[in-house]
Amino acid sequence: MEFAFTEEQIMIRDTASAFLAEVSDSAAVREAMAGDQGYDQALWSRICEEMFWQAIHLPESSGGMGLGYVELVAVLEQMGKSLLCSPFFATVCQGANAILIAGNEQQKQHYLGEIVGGKTATLAYTNSLNWDLNAVDASYEQTADGYVLNGSYRYVIDGHTADYIVVAATKAGGDAQTDMALFIIESAQAGLEREWLPTLDQTRKQAAVHLNNVRLTTDNLLAESAATKLQQIIDLATIALAAEQMGGSQQVLDMAVEYTKEREQFGRKIASFQAIKHKAADMMCRAEVARSSVYYAACIADEMLTSGSLAGELTEAASIAKAYCSESYFKNAGECIQMFGGVGFTWEYDPHLYFKRAKASEHLLGNPSFHREKLVKLLLDDNTSSLELGVAS
Amino acid sequence: MKLSFSPEDEQFRKEVAAWFADNLVGEFEKLKFRGGPGDEHSYPEERKRWEQKLAEGGWTCVGWPEKYGGRGLSIEQQVIFFEEYARAGAPGRMGHIGEGLTGPTLIAFGTEKQKQKYLPGIVSGKEYWCQGYSEPSAGSDLANVKTKARLDEATGKWLITGQKVWTSLAHESDYCFVIARTDPTSSAHKGLGFFLIKMDQPGITVRPIEQLTGTAEFNEVFFDEAVCEADDIVGQPGEGWKVAMGLLGFERGVSTLGQQMQFQNELNEVIKAAKKNGTASDPVIRQRIADAHLGLKIMRYNSMRMLSGNAGDGALQKEALIYKLYWASWHRDLGELAMDVLGAEAEILAGAPYELTALQSLYLFVRSDTIYGGTNQIQRNIIAERGLDMPREPKGSGR
Repeated sequence: MEFAFTEEQIMIRDTASAFLAEVSDSAAVREAMAGDQGYDQALWSRICEEMFWQAIHLPESSGGMGLGYVELVAVLEQMGKSLLCSPFFATVCQGANAILIAGNEQQKQHYLGEIVGGKTATLAYTNSLNWDLNAVDASYEQTADGYVLNGSYRYVIDGHTADYIVVAATKAGGDAQTDMALFIIESAQAGLEREWLPTLDQTRKQAAVHLNNVRLTTDNLLAESAATKLQQIIDLATIALAAEQMGGSQQVLDMAVEYTKEREQFGRKIASFQAIKHKAADMMCRAEVARSSVYYAACIADEMLTSGSLAGELTEAASIAKAYCSESYFKNAGECIQMFGGVGFTWEYDPHLYFKRAKASEHLLGNPSFHREKLVKLLLDDNTSSLELGVAS
Repeated sequence: MKLSFSPEDEQFRKEVAAWFADNLVGEFEKLKFRGGPGDEHSYPEERKRWEQKLAEGGWTCVGWPEKYGGRGLSIEQQVIFFEEYARAGAPGRMGHIGEGLTGPTLIAFGTEKQKQKYLPGIVSGKEYWCQGYSEPSAGSDLANVKTKARLDEATGKWLITGQKVWTSLAHESDYCFVIARTDPTSSAHKGLGFFLIKMDQPGITVRPIEQLTGTAEFNEVFFDEAVCEADDIVGQPGEGWKVAMGLLGFERGVSTLGQQMQFQNELNEVIKAAKKNGTASDPVIRQRIADAHLGLKIMRYNSMRMLSGNAGDGALQKEALIYKLYWASWHRDLGELAMDVLGAEAEILAGAPYELTALQSLYLFVRSDTIYGGTNQIQRNIIAERGLDMPREPKGSGR
């Protein structure tokens, strides 16, 4: 057992931190978030060409680096810290994971190769406030030469700009558990309609996606009977999102502490007041606990991707991390505004960017109540699952 | 990062589990899941015999170096040992203060003579220790110790006078380690000494403190010219604070995994109760049970980070700084959840006059968790000052 970053992982993290400090400062974030695209194309190209982050956990056979989720999470944490505006999360943590989990060898070779080359992707599945498999209400019918898809999706991250969209659909009249299929669609596909949805959090863009008699061939089909695979894809994305949240949770703590060490009232730095110190201590506690949950979940994601003995913990680890990190980030971001006082309420200062991102991330892929209910089902309603504290073996 | 244990360690786990299965039987059967925090007053004699049983098997002081009678286990194997100890339901340790605090302190700061005199009794499970730190006016402000140590020129012995409080197991202990002021003109952390004192002597009176649980695990200890042998001071007079603080650093978190196994047992009881009385279908209770479950899981992950030592970071171990605040708050919340799951039935005692059920005892005892060993408020000060480098509060005029 060695539950700490290796030298190489620390290097990856520190390199990411240094690069993002340079390219994703407050001014860069504000410029990128202003438009409907939501990111700077030149920066995305640098990320793909110089940093090669899009390839971190993709297999070498598809042109990837063949590293793991722990390395990916180390970078995501830094992206969350710096509020990086980019299609990275949708492309790598949703789109690429979907292809990785559901695609056949040929599809992985082709589509993951495209992503390694800088193309973007995303995942569309829900059309409601629900985030589990039952949220899929798009459907497909099989025809003589392929498939016809109809239906809508909401809250699709970067859905209006992505080069590829992986969509989930159930067979017409079928059931989510048994008749789920995953397809991959190119942005130029006839019948695909995409609509940017301006959002409260401007640092990550969302879209509605409509499929109007979209005709696909068998080449577009990633997998049938794909309920389990879709859940795995969602779990992997959820862990990645929690890593970003944890980074954000840490960043608002750092900002608040730095500010209170400068700000003077009553003739003292306000950081010397216990009322402030105790808030900061609680924030650090939440950030560190979030960190522990994310690192563990990342290890479990690697177990799953390498068919390790703890692979079965994936959904549980994802829900634990997402439930905790969501609250950690939102509470810390709210406290950050409070500790900045009046200037924390201005557009000019950054706390509101994190505060908005925190709430958006909290809802995306299921809020804490949703994940707690998922966890408690395993504990209270399913007699086959063990109540034992998991012992790594 | 790697979560799994080596095959050798897994084999070790089997050995440990088998030993408990073979030995936690007969007269020890009734000790299962007993004697933990909140229940430390139960079965003292039987639990002392259990300590000696452990010693026979070589299962005391498992983390100590072999040259001092320990087992010299690796961190991983210590983790496994404490997990299996708790999983088997083995009772709360009577020897934990000697094993966890006195021994490591003597190994680090003691003379050869002190090691020879005291370590074997701890390893054999025959001599028990208690801790004399807090005083009525030295709680959170621990350095405000008033107990005095005076060197008697005639006998060459130290004479200790003062009062200690919150001394758990004092009435069951053979020895007490005490911080006392060797320089009467000194204040705060200067001028203190660290003394090893025999409890059975005329100068010491132990008085139990009745807690809000109706039981008494903690005591007041009164010293009236209690005698301490000349060579039973650890370090030099004036170095007591250094020794006392060094001692606090020995807890690296290995036993926390055993503590969590006990928490898991408690949570399982709460879940069982919720399933039995139907509150398992109450949406609010479900959310709270889920929160308790995920909070405990992450507590384990946090301990794993602590034990892996933040390799390569070189920074402060932030996960260690938050640990006490986190577990104490989690445990307090579990106590409240237990009562809310039971509903009105939570009021009904196991018997008169004030016999508590296990969950009632949990509910009441956890109120001490956020106080002893540094209150939540003090923990937050420590986190802010050491973890975030925020300025210290100006001292009051009395100091």
